[in-house]
Amino acid sequence: MVYDSRPAPAAPDIHSGATTERLWVRVVLVALAVVFMALVLVMPLVLVFSEAFRKGAEFFFKSLSQRDAVTAIQLTLTVAAIAVPLNLVFGVAASWAIAKFEFKGKAFLITLIDLPFSVSPVVSGLVYVLLFGAQGYFGPWLKANDIEIIFAVPGIVLATIFVTFPFVARELIPLMQVQGNGDEEAALSLGANGWQTFWHVTLPNIKWGLLYGVLLCNARAMGEFGAVSVVSGHIRGKTTTMPLHIEILYNEYNFAGAFAVASLLAMLALVTLIIKTVLELRFGDELAATRRH
Amino acid sequence: MEDISVRHVRKEFSRYPALNDVSLDIKGGELIALLGPSGSGKTTLLRLIAGLESPTAGQIFFGDEDASAKTVQDRNVGFVFQAYALFRNMTVLDNISFGLRMRPRQTRPPKAEIRRRAMELLDLVQLSGLDKRYPQQLSGGQRQRVALARALAIEPRVLLLDEPFGALDAQVRKELRKWLREIHDRTGHTTVFVTHDQEEALELADRLVVMSQGNIEQVGTPDEVYDRPNSPFVFSFIGESSALPVTVENNELWVGGRAIGLAAPETEEGVARLYFRPHDVELVESDACMVGVVVSSRRVGGTRRVELEIGGDQGLVEIDLPFDHPAGEKSRIAFRPKRWRLYPVAGESVGSVRS
Repeated sequence: MVYDSRPAPAAPDIHSGATTERLWVRVVLVALAVVFMALVLVMPLVLVFSEAFRKGAEFFFKSLSQRDAVTAIQLTLTVAAIAVPLNLVFGVAASWAIAKFEFKGKAFLITLIDLPFSVSPVVSGLVYVLLFGAQGYFGPWLKANDIEIIFAVPGIVLATIFVTFPFVARELIPLMQVQGNGDEEAALSLGANGWQTFWHVTLPNIKWGLLYGVLLCNARAMGEFGAVSVVSGHIRGKTTTMPLHIEILYNEYNFAGAFAVASLLAMLALVTLIIKTVLELRFGDELAATRRH
Repeated sequence: MEDISVRHVRKEFSRYPALNDVSLDIKGGELIALLGPSGSGKTTLLRLIAGLESPTAGQIFFGDEDASAKTVQDRNVGFVFQAYALFRNMTVLDNISFGLRMRPRQTRPPKAEIRRRAMELLDLVQLSGLDKRYPQQLSGGQRQRVALARALAIEPRVLLLDEPFGALDAQVRKELRKWLREIHDRTGHTTVFVTHDQEEALELADRLVVMSQGNIEQVGTPDEVYDRPNSPFVFSFIGESSALPVTVENNELWVGGRAIGLAAPETEEGVARLYFRPHDVELVESDACMVGVVVSSRRVGGTRRVELEIGGDQGLVEIDLPFDHPAGEKSRIAFRPKRWRLYPVAGESVGSVRS
């Protein structure tokens, strides 16, 4: 696969094409888009930060340094730290298999990978309760062996892995399919073994797509609410992640506190978005094949 | 300099046959072209030799060794891919040295030695000074050279090239063709390349393997294949050709009830097909000839190609005349093939006659 990395020739600078609308049409359409964006996207974001600081910076930092808040932040980071690397490995393995090999049931596997996207997160959570809960299939056995999954950290990790499973694979499959097997075949014919081929040839070819997938996966892992809410049991200071902690504070009418934690979560999302945009600008060509979100 | 022997190899892709029982012997140091239209199985055969595919049945030997029992890594073949498959994230030098760098520690040369050998190869392919470039910064012809240097770096037992000049423009192609021949003569590798371009095959190869629909039609030197094609397919695939239905009677050829002055002794009587090259004709005055009405006439380089409708609705043929020949102005032309071959209509290769 030969990639052409030259920039596309610039479009001629003519303003009277068949596809150019009249001035007032353009103004109205652009204005509509701007107003809509401001209302739906920008305003809520601004509101999150202004609400967070409503009672002053001191209260903001106090809310964040509360014991429950700190454990929630720690739990969220722990869950992401476990779920994201696992999904990175699963995602690379699955897309490697799908893009580079022909086998029976391939279409089924692709559908299966997309399942977490199509199933409501609440349902995903309930499935785990059904499997590992006290009344679930494995419940009695787990209890007998003193293993806690539901209403404990392992359940939260499992639910998060399930919900964020498709992100890496969905980024990589189309990218790897476009790239084909040529480079790998070349490496093998030159005597490289499977691992060397993966490390020196495949991985460099997919690294930006992979990073992009990991960023999206991470954003979702930190922000997931539905599935985690079902399996967590909302034990304060023990099984509440950041989104769950925000909900608890909100339900207790501690709006400023809720928004303080929410602003932190929003910050994480913004940082992710900024990294993503920078990547897109710098490596647009390589990412073009994967742009689906 | 390794002999390659392909023995009764068959290959099916999900029950669709790509190669039917193919056997082929290649002598050490030979330069062989696999030639055929797309879908003829030539690339499949090349990939089977390399070990990038495994045969459904049959064996492939390198020398006395059964190579088909080995993986592609262990076969030690130099393979040049159609789209070159250069590693985009590596410099030219890193691409060329890749095979050596990936060797297990026991057989890997020291770093300085690897570098020296890669630089030497870079020199061989006339790209000295481009060692720090990336593949994207090279032209098509340069990429091709890097791909060849990379394949040569592992000191392969055989060199295999898949449509090596397919993606290049005509000028570069001709240059690289000559250059590949020089490299081959200098390094002496047993070399097999795939092409659909008969001109390339005729010019470059010691022997041609003409393939069609998963079978080998003919193996021979360029002269043999061009002058004595053993089937209508080979005749029309290699070089220009014209064909006409004829009848064999009284040891003579007849077209539309008219003897055309070509003797066919010891040939079975009945219907057959006459093949000749447009440039292998002579204009004649006698009665025993073919007469055609000029349908079209166009200048092709130094010759004039005239399309003729042969009397009595027998079909269209093309002949070449010198561009300034007075016959080019006429509306009827009488001619006779100087060299020709006769094939039975069924298509089996049988008795051929040359006058």
